[in-house]
Amino acid sequence: MLARLMIISVVSMGGIGAVLAGFLAFADKKLRVEEDPRIEELSGILPGSNCGGCGYPGCRALAEKLAKGEAPPNVCVAGGNAVAKKLAAVLGVETKDHKRMLAVVLCKGGRAEAERRASYRGDETCTASNLTGGDKSCSYGCLGYGECVDACKYDAMAMNPNGLPAVFYDKCVGCGACARACPRNIIEMHPEDHKLFVYCRSRDKGAYAKKACSVACIACGLCVKDCTVPGGIELIDNLATVNYKLAPQNGESAKRCPTKCIFSGIEEQMTMKNYHASARKTA
Amino acid sequence: MKLIFIFISASLINNFVLTYFLGICPFVGVSNKTENALNMGLATTFVMTLTAAVTWPIYTYILVRFNVPFLEYVAFIIAIAALVQLVEMYIRKSSPALYRALGIYLPLITTNCAVLGLALFMVLRDYNYIESIVFGFATGVGFTLAILMMSGIREELDFADIPKPFQGISITLILAGMMALAFMGFAGLIRG
Repeated sequence: MLARLMIISVVSMGGIGAVLAGFLAFADKKLRVEEDPRIEELSGILPGSNCGGCGYPGCRALAEKLAKGEAPPNVCVAGGNAVAKKLAAVLGVETKDHKRMLAVVLCKGGRAEAERRASYRGDETCTASNLTGGDKSCSYGCLGYGECVDACKYDAMAMNPNGLPAVFYDKCVGCGACARACPRNIIEMHPEDHKLFVYCRSRDKGAYAKKACSVACIACGLCVKDCTVPGGIELIDNLATVNYKLAPQNGESAKRCPTKCIFSGIEEQMTMKNYHASARKTA
Repeated sequence: MKLIFIFISASLINNFVLTYFLGICPFVGVSNKTENALNMGLATTFVMTLTAAVTWPIYTYILVRFNVPFLEYVAFIIAIAALVQLVEMYIRKSSPALYRALGIYLPLITTNCAVLGLALFMVLRDYNYIESIVFGFATGVGFTLAILMMSGIREELDFADIPKPFQGISITLILAGMMALAFMGFAGLIRG
């Protein structure tokens, strides 16, 4: 009896499935939508991580735009030049090399450096914390809940023990997802030949900025004076700002900085391997 | 006469969304614009009517006949999935704009519990074939009605000054609750 029931079940289910499948296969032939076959090929070349760095909703949407010729082949920042060349080959167009972009976290005021003015016990996300103004005395600094790390789809970021995000420069593809995720716009995207950065976003007056954080830019102007090219570094709203068109990217102008918030080129040595080695040491 | 009762009962009194709380996902997800809501409602109505028309013969002539009615869940889900696939292909062919507007919510009709719920209720209430189709259509009309009303209110809400904690999904769910309360008023329409 049980065997009979099993056979009936299997046969009836299989039968229904087969009939519906045949029907769908027939409908698929009748109702097939003709698509540009290059779209499949193009989306195969794209990284497929849907990071949004190109400005389209995903890799598939970019592939459709590419096939229509509405997007240049080098907009995929995650794929870089290699992908751009392959896309250009499929589309039969020329492409220009573009510089690799990298994310730079412009705040060094972690747990050890920044003063706290309150204790925050709300939802542990940067966006929520930012609504309250954050728990640090500095209202421009990193909130430290790692929304940028969550936004990164390439495992190129981690929160270091000091409560600041670290970018692994061997993994970063420059999609800019972290920069968009940061509610305080601390993360900026820069081409890789930019070396000199002011690692502070505080527009507070020098005395207050110094009180709030030991590595804040206090707008003393020493880097402005030391910069060999006039106008290479300017003070804008109490913050030293590098003019990347003019300023030499070596560390000359950063030497006398009293809070060491401006320096050149050390950051990009942070790779995933280096990071894990140093994290073990501090732990 | 019974058909009219079934129609009024399924679309108003026992509205699937507002009294059984089935199909809340598209109800909340696609109700931000009236146009999209109407399209979603129409697509769902179409799928529901077809579902009733297809699952009733499957149940009566296969499952009951061979004495395996316990397979109804599996059989209904297969049938619904195939139907949704068909509707998806058809919409993609006939109206790419609508296809893009519905987006992810079209495949989601497959997992819309209102559609499965409709097939199961139909069996539970011993409807005949014509009654089942009317029931399926009426349920779809009820769903369209609910999602359309919701989208109308939500479009107005864009101009309202809502306190921060209530913005977005919270106010939508509160609204759904109020609409459910209002629909309770239909309960006296038909006795029994």
